[in-house]
Amino acid sequence: MSLTTIFILAILLLGFLITFQIAKASEYVGILKGEKKTLEQNNRINAFLLILFLVGGLIGVYACHELFKGKILGEAASDHGQKIDKMLYLTIIITGSVFVLTQVLLFWFAFKYQFSEKRKVYYLPHNNTLELIWTVVPAIFLTVLVGYGLFYWFKITGDPPKDAQVVEITGKQFNWIMRYPGKDGVFGRKYYKNISDAADNSLGLIWEDVPALNLKADKAAQDDIVTDKMVLIENKPVKLIIGSRDVIHDVGLVHFRMKMDAVPGTPTTMWFTPLYTTKKMKEITKNPDFVYEISCDQMCGKGHYSMKGQIEVVTQAEYDIWMISQKAKYQTAVLDKQKTDKPATDSAKTAIVNPVAANAVAVKK
Amino acid sequence: MSNEAIIHGADVHTSHDAHHDEHHVHHHKETFITKYVFSMDHKMIAKQFLITGIIWAFLGGLMSVLFRLQLGYPDQTFPFLEDILGHWAKGGKIQPEFYYALVTMHGTVLVFFVLTAGLSGTFANFLIPLQIGARDMASPFLNMLSYWFFWLASVIMLSSLFVQTGPASGGWTSYPPLSALGGASEGSKTGVDLWIISMAMFVVSSLLGGLNYISTILNMRTKGMSMTRIPLTIWALFFTAVLGVLSFPVLLSGFILLLFDRHAGTSFYLSDIYLASGEALPNEGGSAILFQHLFWFLGHPEVYIILLPAMGMVSEILSTNSRKPIFGYMAMVGSLFAIAILAFLVWAHHMFVTGLNPFLGSVFVLLTLLIAVPSAIKVFNWLTTLWRGNIRFTPGMLFSIGFVSLFISGGLTGIWLGNSSLDIHLHDTYFVIAHFHIVMGVASFFGMFAGIYHWYPKMYGRYLNNTMAYIHFWVTMVGAYLIFWPMHYEGLAGMPRRYLDYSSWVSFNQFGGLNRFISIVAMIVFAVQLLFVFNFFYSIFKGRRVTSQNPWGSNTLEWTTPIRPGHGNWPGEIPEVHRWAYDYGKDGREFIPQTEPVGANESHH
Repeated sequence: MSLTTIFILAILLLGFLITFQIAKASEYVGILKGEKKTLEQNNRINAFLLILFLVGGLIGVYACHELFKGKILGEAASDHGQKIDKMLYLTIIITGSVFVLTQVLLFWFAFKYQFSEKRKVYYLPHNNTLELIWTVVPAIFLTVLVGYGLFYWFKITGDPPKDAQVVEITGKQFNWIMRYPGKDGVFGRKYYKNISDAADNSLGLIWEDVPALNLKADKAAQDDIVTDKMVLIENKPVKLIIGSRDVIHDVGLVHFRMKMDAVPGTPTTMWFTPLYTTKKMKEITKNPDFVYEISCDQMCGKGHYSMKGQIEVVTQAEYDIWMISQKAKYQTAVLDKQKTDKPATDSAKTAIVNPVAANAVAVKK
Repeated sequence: MSNEAIIHGADVHTSHDAHHDEHHVHHHKETFITKYVFSMDHKMIAKQFLITGIIWAFLGGLMSVLFRLQLGYPDQTFPFLEDILGHWAKGGKIQPEFYYALVTMHGTVLVFFVLTAGLSGTFANFLIPLQIGARDMASPFLNMLSYWFFWLASVIMLSSLFVQTGPASGGWTSYPPLSALGGASEGSKTGVDLWIISMAMFVVSSLLGGLNYISTILNMRTKGMSMTRIPLTIWALFFTAVLGVLSFPVLLSGFILLLFDRHAGTSFYLSDIYLASGEALPNEGGSAILFQHLFWFLGHPEVYIILLPAMGMVSEILSTNSRKPIFGYMAMVGSLFAIAILAFLVWAHHMFVTGLNPFLGSVFVLLTLLIAVPSAIKVFNWLTTLWRGNIRFTPGMLFSIGFVSLFISGGLTGIWLGNSSLDIHLHDTYFVIAHFHIVMGVASFFGMFAGIYHWYPKMYGRYLNNTMAYIHFWVTMVGAYLIFWPMHYEGLAGMPRRYLDYSSWVSFNQFGGLNRFISIVAMIVFAVQLLFVFNFFYSIFKGRRVTSQNPWGSNTLEWTTPIRPGHGNWPGEIPEVHRWAYDYGKDGREFIPQTEPVGANESHH
């Protein structure tokens, strides 16, 4: 153990000893003074401290808010996020008022009705009118909150618009894999036993026949684009299809105020409309380093805290340019490698839209 | 007069009386083993639960200090940690696996071992027979087994800390697949097996205790002690026991399925898993979400199992020290009942973002926010109890007032989290940590402290030192708010839970200074808890002696027993009860004990 550790421990021990001695001494003094007098004195001190705590606490709450209000929400970058922020402000007004009211009453009563020889307590075992009031009034406020909350909840969890862009995101220990459906607009089939990081097939896409697993090649998979960054289009609704390769993760999109678990074996979805490009957000937040980060919000193992993904929101034109530059994963993982052995067959570009596979997102064998 | 004489009083009669009482009671011979170890006296079992709980609270708190050290100073190393923890803190830096083991153990230990066993186990055992007028529990033997199963659970959990691959590290909720697969996490190797076995022992302990509490309350009340005359502590402990008996078996079933998935090749929770090691598991068709349903079916009642005893004790202590009846006794019982029922109908509010059917989610929103109504009734009734009272600020009373304050603060944020649209943003952020630590963790701790300070004279026949008690209260009260209030802001910023380092995140790295501040306060508050623990053990032997039978001027039956009651509680007949427990300040009298017959001229309420 280092010297500082011993030093800190010694100080702690000394502090304890002093506190203990004072506590002991005050107990003797208390007894010598008489139990009643000690009680009255302690009562006055504690009543004063309670009211001090109330005043100090309320000032503290205000100060804390002033200190941190600039560091919290920022601009909501999606339409759903704006609704959630509105809900948040409504809720803070209602609960904040109740908070101040009840805390003030609590500490003020405690202070005002501290022990006094002269006071006669008011024998009040119950009062039906009062009790009815504080059953009904909270119920009314809660109804308002539930009403608003569910109204937004159904909007947020409802069906996305028909023209929404669809992107798949898959969590694994400890990063994210994105998939775009490619030119055909259809996600090809995948199967988890076909996953092979060595063969650069991180999602288990069924590009070719796999007799060992009894899988038939799905042409729709052959033009699928797999990336490690998600690119979205400004003002265009996007639906995310969320999955996981191993344990439960969670796609946390703090600036869009969205969140959804990634569960192995059970695909989930969420949709929203990004409102600002990354560039615009850099201006809005006055932070040149701003990025839309994807955080994993469900405990997933030792790398949980560093499981980061990135979203870039761009204009439609920028998106089109980016998309053209992307190559199908089948092309880079299989065909380009085969090229070194023999001339390429151009099968990746002849993918046919398969109506059955169109609906099948995570179809098993 | 010597100091010893001052503190204990030179009153010879006291010790003589005590001896006199014991003479009546001890009709069977007791050895050290039967009195202190395998005791069947409910009061001794209560003390066993309490002291085991204190040991666990110390360990659980120490764990939080260790991980707060990491959170407050993510870029520094502490060589002394390597001295203590070995390869878990290589180079003086807490390793990620160990960080997660710490948070997992901190949660498990405090939720189950301290705030369930330590709280219910202590006060249900201690207060039920004493306050309803019974000589002991319905089955003292099962009661003893209840403690020893808890002890077994404790030993197994403790041993998991010393396993090479570390204790369970998938969070106190232990969601599979993470907790099911050793290949996904080191802690999920032996650690989770020990965790499950320990928890199974714990469930047995809690069932044995719970069944005993229920049957004792229903069957063994003294003459005149109708259900509408029992103190609110007993009502609260009754509902607590019912919640435990109905929900713990569901948790156990979830754990057994998890054990099968781990070792018997079943696929209850597992499907489509490809581990980072390159292995595709054969399991298909399971649902990882099923475990969450089973877990939270206990998990949510569990928070009320933790909270209700505190509510009951606080009601009793607030009324006694306001010298005024608890306001709205029937409404208090009714709201406890409503909370107990609703506790079973809200579990999926922990699962709004798991892909749960949105309609089902909306039902859970409604039921969840409904809990705010009985909670509001309780708060306003406590406030009205204080109103126009004549308040004595004993340490127990201060902790009770602190409890109400914390319950308000933490309860109101529940309205945020229970509303699913807000939960999308706040789920699994520091907002949740702030919410449940205030409303369930610290508030229940305050209820527990209130109970300890209030009933310590009955437990040990001595008082705790008041000065240390006041220091303990004020530092803990201020500290609790300083620690958890700012966390709401981190949560609003979306800062996720269970990260050990935020510095690489553009979105969350703005709170470095705040995290350091919170860590420092947490360490100070922990140190003050040590002061309490010292006060507790010191006062057992050296505390000021209790010299009057009823030091708080209380109405309930436990204060009609001798100062140090023996096994059987009352040396003679069990007293008969003639009224409710809250006749304080009635007809100009300061208090009227439950044992006093209703006078002819007494006013009715």
